[in-house]
Amino acid sequence: MSNNRVSRRQFLSYTLTGVGGFMAAGMLMPMVRFALDPVLQKHEGGDFVLTEQKIADITEAPIKVDFTFEQVDAWYKADVTNTAWVYKDGDVIVALSPVCKHLGCMVDWEHKDGNKNEFFCPCHAGRYTKNGGNIAGTPPLGPLDEFEVQEKDGYLMIGPSKPNTLV
Amino acid sequence: MLNKIYDWVDERLDITPIWRDIADHEVPEHVNPAHHFSAFVYCFGGLTFFITVIQILSGMFLTMYYVPDVENAWKSVYYLQNEVAFGEIVRGMHHWGASLVIVMMFLHTLRVFFTGSYKKPRELNWMVGVGIFGVMIGLGFTGYLLPWDMKALFATKVGIEIAASVPFIGQMIKVLLAGDATIIGAQTLTRFFAIHVFFLPAVLFGLLAAHFIMIRRQGVSGPL
Repeated sequence: MSNNRVSRRQFLSYTLTGVGGFMAAGMLMPMVRFALDPVLQKHEGGDFVLTEQKIADITEAPIKVDFTFEQVDAWYKADVTNTAWVYKDGDVIVALSPVCKHLGCMVDWEHKDGNKNEFFCPCHAGRYTKNGGNIAGTPPLGPLDEFEVQEKDGYLMIGPSKPNTLV
Repeated sequence: MLNKIYDWVDERLDITPIWRDIADHEVPEHVNPAHHFSAFVYCFGGLTFFITVIQILSGMFLTMYYVPDVENAWKSVYYLQNEVAFGEIVRGMHHWGASLVIVMMFLHTLRVFFTGSYKKPRELNWMVGVGIFGVMIGLGFTGYLLPWDMKALFATKVGIEIAASVPFIGQMIKVLLAGDATIIGAQTLTRFFAIHVFFLPAVLFGLLAAHFIMIRRQGVSGPL
């Protein structure tokens, strides 16, 4: 045993802090975990969504393709329509996300204020090449995301998005 | 570490007298269960406050998921209870705590009554306590509607009919509470939500502060 005797005051302060802390933790832990739930929830990769775009009609020039799917937002279910920029690169179909990697505005192909053969974001004049690569010296810090694509009965299916693999 | 932070702040702001003023007070022998075990009856006021704190905390967390809307209220309650981690616990704390506050408050009132603590000079504190009782009942009544299930709906219909039976102004009270002369619906739910989370808690904080300041100023009543 050490020579430092624990005083009555110290003993009481340690036990009261310990027991009080335990009780407070027991009370707060469920509530904090409850609040943190959205951060810790696992998200499944999305399914492929069938669009009305015929594969045969896709050309080298990017076109806007809308795709609608049922989005489950906690207790609220709704049909949400998203967009992809789709074009053919040789035989490969490329579908790019229209969400600008600067601050999330929607980019446009050959926008009236932008350049020929480029994606342009009207919010802060961010520019991307055709394959989604961000052009140095403009605000975006990375290339546009890419959607996985599939074909079904001659029509285009759009899947979950992934980081750009073309740049 | 904590001591050093405390000393650093205390050196600049002299905070010790502030909390000493709040924390240092005599607990007379007749209210200390260590001396007379029967003195545990003096704990009920503190327990009421403790559970009230739990109610405030769990309520704050519940509003992260709850929506006061006829379409989504029940669905959001179902979601937070069944899909969110510890949702059943947090909602359970608020649900059971609500009843427990009433029980503790009732026991506290009995203790004050049978020890005659309401007598001069503490009449005002008794009156404030009755005010707190009313606010707590109001919190229970308005909170009961929020899950928007059948029990909530019909209990509120009955409650509003009781309010409507007040002579002369009954109909006005009814419309003021329900937001509509005939429907218990969208407007009733938003009103009850606003009353439950903003108006009544604000009144409650004021009354609790008055209750505590008075008991500190007057001290606990003497032994029987």
